[in-house]
Amino acid sequence: MTEHTVSAYENELKGLAQRVAEMGGLAEKQIVGSIDALIRNDHELAQQVRAADPQIDALQRQIEETGILIIAKRQPMAVDLREIVGALRIATDLERIADLAKSNAKRVLAINGAQQLPKVTGGFDAMARLAMERVKQVLDAYAQRDVAAALEVWGADGDIDALYNSLFRELLTYMLEDPRNIGPCTHLLFCAKNLERIGDHATNIAETIHYMVNGVALVDERPKLDTISMVPVA
Amino acid sequence: MVPLCRGLALALVLRIAGAVDWPYALGAGLALVAAGFVVRLRPRGKAPLEETLLARRAARLTDLTVEGLMAALPVPAVLLDPKLVVRTHNATAAALLPGLRRGEPLMLFLRAPEVVDVVRRALATNAHQVIDYQERVPVARWYSVDAVPVAVTSEARDGERPDYILIVLRDLTEERRLERLRADFVANASHELRTPLASVLGFIETIQGPARNDAAARERFLGIMLTQARRMSRLIDDLLSLSRVELNEHVRPTDTVDLVALIAQLRDTLGPGAAEQGVTIEVNAAEPALKVPGDQDELFRLFENLVQNAVKYGAEGKRVVVTLDSEGRDGRPTEAVVTVRDFGPGIPAEHLPRLTERFYRVDVASSRDKGGTGLGLALVKHIVNRHRGKLAIASPPGQGASFTVRLELAGAAEPVPPAGSEARGAA
Repeated sequence: MTEHTVSAYENELKGLAQRVAEMGGLAEKQIVGSIDALIRNDHELAQQVRAADPQIDALQRQIEETGILIIAKRQPMAVDLREIVGALRIATDLERIADLAKSNAKRVLAINGAQQLPKVTGGFDAMARLAMERVKQVLDAYAQRDVAAALEVWGADGDIDALYNSLFRELLTYMLEDPRNIGPCTHLLFCAKNLERIGDHATNIAETIHYMVNGVALVDERPKLDTISMVPVA
Repeated sequence: MVPLCRGLALALVLRIAGAVDWPYALGAGLALVAAGFVVRLRPRGKAPLEETLLARRAARLTDLTVEGLMAALPVPAVLLDPKLVVRTHNATAAALLPGLRRGEPLMLFLRAPEVVDVVRRALATNAHQVIDYQERVPVARWYSVDAVPVAVTSEARDGERPDYILIVLRDLTEERRLERLRADFVANASHELRTPLASVLGFIETIQGPARNDAAARERFLGIMLTQARRMSRLIDDLLSLSRVELNEHVRPTDTVDLVALIAQLRDTLGPGAAEQGVTIEVNAAEPALKVPGDQDELFRLFENLVQNAVKYGAEGKRVVVTLDSEGRDGRPTEAVVTVRDFGPGIPAEHLPRLTERFYRVDVASSRDKGGTGLGLALVKHIVNRHRGKLAIASPPGQGASFTVRLELAGAAEPVPPAGSEARGAA
């Protein structure tokens, strides 16, 4: 009888982790869709990305409800409690990531193919790749409960920031060249900022994983890029 | 009828043999007849149906049978229960999905929404479903996933819900990569060759026309055309090399390469050319050997590009320093670290993150003068990717530029104790 109860509890925890992983997969797909839509000026794809967002929001609400229910029913302790709290936090970060991707998709329509210069699209492609890599690494780290891998992501946020600065400068020069560029370039600036925010959320997830496994929050200062020009290029 | 005859026959035999008297012979015969009827008329019951017998046997399939079958499948395969928890898998699946474990939900190892979707559809429709999905990072890969319902018990065979779902992954990367690389190559080549080709055509027309009799102009133009033609040739070579590396980017190399020996060879090859430009190449190796899994030619090309760049753009500093070292966790060396450093003007910070993009140049004019194609660092990046390594570029203001490549050391290599000062310095 006791065995049956314990395994049901374990199943609930596994179910929670499973749903977070599923949400992660959907968020990753949204990032891919939004950047493809931006680079190819694909309005249909942009609409698909926007339409897929409510599903992710619903998943996040589900995870929250399930998590709170488990806490109420099982009164978990220590590592189990941290698992649930971690899952809730990560779900919030993933929902924000998906929202940022959706926001980029919305701007595709406004930009409408302006500034399709190789330098700009190249920069966005590179930045999106970095963001996708970080999100994938951190979600894999969550699945394996691998703190070392999570810390790698945590420490490597600087490279996305560097790319963002580079793109920022470039877009500014285009805006200075010709006032007609200001509209689309401002949208592109926001898109670049959103990608940088996605990287930040990936770092948050890494911090949560550290907390889940080690029981203490990560309090060290994240290495900021401004003072160093060291750029890890995957 | 038969028992009656048997019985009478027995009675006759007994009487003729004289063994017993008639009454006893008849008694024995009757007993045999009765036994015969009893056997005949025993209730037989319904014979078990072929199918239920099969199903019962199937349900008794041991884990060993399932494991054996799964291991025999030549493609990555995972068996899931209706709750999408991994029941079992084979070794190729574990190689493809790192960390794959029995008893955990599939989503922890394979998150792609397409896969989750196809499994749920196969469960709901109890029919074979297929879907394609693509992985973008770290290397682009394409897969086709088949989700097949498995019925083991008779309820599942008759009913709507399968007992398990078998998913099989097929790697489509080769074909898709080939298509995409071909398209990219054509696009890149036509775009980049257009300008030099146009200028060569222009000069040819000028020499045929207005400058026909101007020997000095002809000499000059021919010189420029030669440079442009050589540049186009180099571009084609670089594009081909890039395609070749990208084609195999998803396949990890299997040979072992000693980086220390490779860099020594590189120094011998490039040394004379660098000396002509007034640059010396120094090599500092902290270890006598650094063995990594890799492709000899590609790694040579990688470091050749980095050193040539350093000589080209850092000529002012008069020296290029290549450092080899190992780093590790918990005292055991796990990574080989090679740094190529020049002491030239360096690279402005805003360009650092973009350097490995194809055709990205910091200063287009000076790069063209030095014969650059804009593809050198893209090639370096893809080779590093193929070797699952990391590349870092640093250029503190006024201190030149350094390119650091980190590669995983070959697991089989013994950790070599750091060599003494004899191994340091250029030999």
